Amino acid sequence: MNQGRNFLKGFIKENPVFVLFLGLCPTLGTTGSALNGLSMGLATTFVLVLSNVFISVFARFIPDKVRIPSYIVIIASFVTIVDLLMSAYTNTPGPHGEPSLYDNLGIFIPLIVVNCIVLGRAEAFASKNSVLSSLLDGLGIGLGFAFALTLLGTVREVLGNGSVFGYKFITGDGILIFIMAPGAFLALGYLIMIMNKIKQRTAKV
Amino acid sequence: MAKKESTFTNMLLTLFIVTLASSAALGFVYEFTKEPISIAKSAKKNLAIERVTPSFDNNPGNEMFGVPADGDSVYFYIARNGNDTVGYAAETYSNIAFGGTLKLLVGFLPDGTVKEIAVLEHKETPGLGDKMLKSKTNWSTQFEGENPSEYTLKVKKDGGDVDAITASTITSRAYCDAVQRAYDALEKGGKQ
Repeated sequence: MNQGRNFLKGFIKENPVFVLFLGLCPTLGTTGSALNGLSMGLATTFVLVLSNVFISVFARFIPDKVRIPSYIVIIASFVTIVDLLMSAYTNTPGPHGEPSLYDNLGIFIPLIVVNCIVLGRAEAFASKNSVLSSLLDGLGIGLGFAFALTLLGTVREVLGNGSVFGYKFITGDGILIFIMAPGAFLALGYLIMIMNKIKQRTAKV
Repeated sequence: MAKKESTFTNMLLTLFIVTLASSAALGFVYEFTKEPISIAKSAKKNLAIERVTPSFDNNPGNEMFGVPADGDSVYFYIARNGNDTVGYAAETYSNIAFGGTLKLLVGFLPDGTVKEIAVLEHKETPGLGDKMLKSKTNWSTQFEGENPSEYTLKVKKDGGDVDAITASTITSRAYCDAVQRAYDALEKGGKQ
């Protein structure tokens, strides 16, 4: 029961993007399409789960005064691993020479290291809880983040390009502003509004 | 179990062990991914070259040389089929684009005729300037088969032969500028 809550809270109640407003830089920067958002979310989930597990195991061996540098080194190692793996296996351009996934996400992959969600969970949760709880917490928050990014990416791609995950269903251009940076703010603002409405309604019942 | 105290030795030891373990892990992953990364990189380059030159059987990524142009360099990749040079791919750029640097890969036949052009990197406006991409419109096909010695690489507004993209004259100018730079470099020393 309790473990279920650790996992599920990341989706709605403590969703890092819609509720906690953490990690907004990759949220706004990488969600030009649904696929980019999903991949960014999954890369972050990978780092979050592994760093949570490692930190919950080793936290008690780490003296308080050097805990932040130690956590950052652990997180940075996992980020570098993700970066190396992605540049090895997701670096194939599309059939018409579209940039590869690795090129699309670009600088945002190394920047996971400064994503406040990752250090936030390490400091606030993993260092004080058991390995299993930390694993589920990392998975829940990570997938919640991926869910938010995919949702935002889908909305922006549908409105801006008339396609979902690259499959075009409306010919011609969409509302182009949604593909560009200002559209990210607009779409995120409306999604947060809708999320709050849903939360209010469920709270009343 | 009680938390370790923050004594100098404890802190030193902890940080030493943490950094040692993570560098060991990274070294291992680096060794493991080194080959796939270099394969992916050269495949990506060759894939781009393949799209703009006639078919080749060498590895153009290995036959690269630079020709200085306007303070920077245009890089050429030679495509060979057997012993014949079948084309050149020129990695060229323009700094007068609407957003940042525009990078193109221009494929030339041995006589300097443009075979095909691919966009490597751009920051043009989605929906306007990015119509230069082959995946969006076929605007860039007007360059194909033209030899810049008798085809003026300027938009019609500037007295050239190129139809500009509607509402994206700046992008079109930059595109022409990049192709012209590639052609000049080819004439200057690209043919080897």
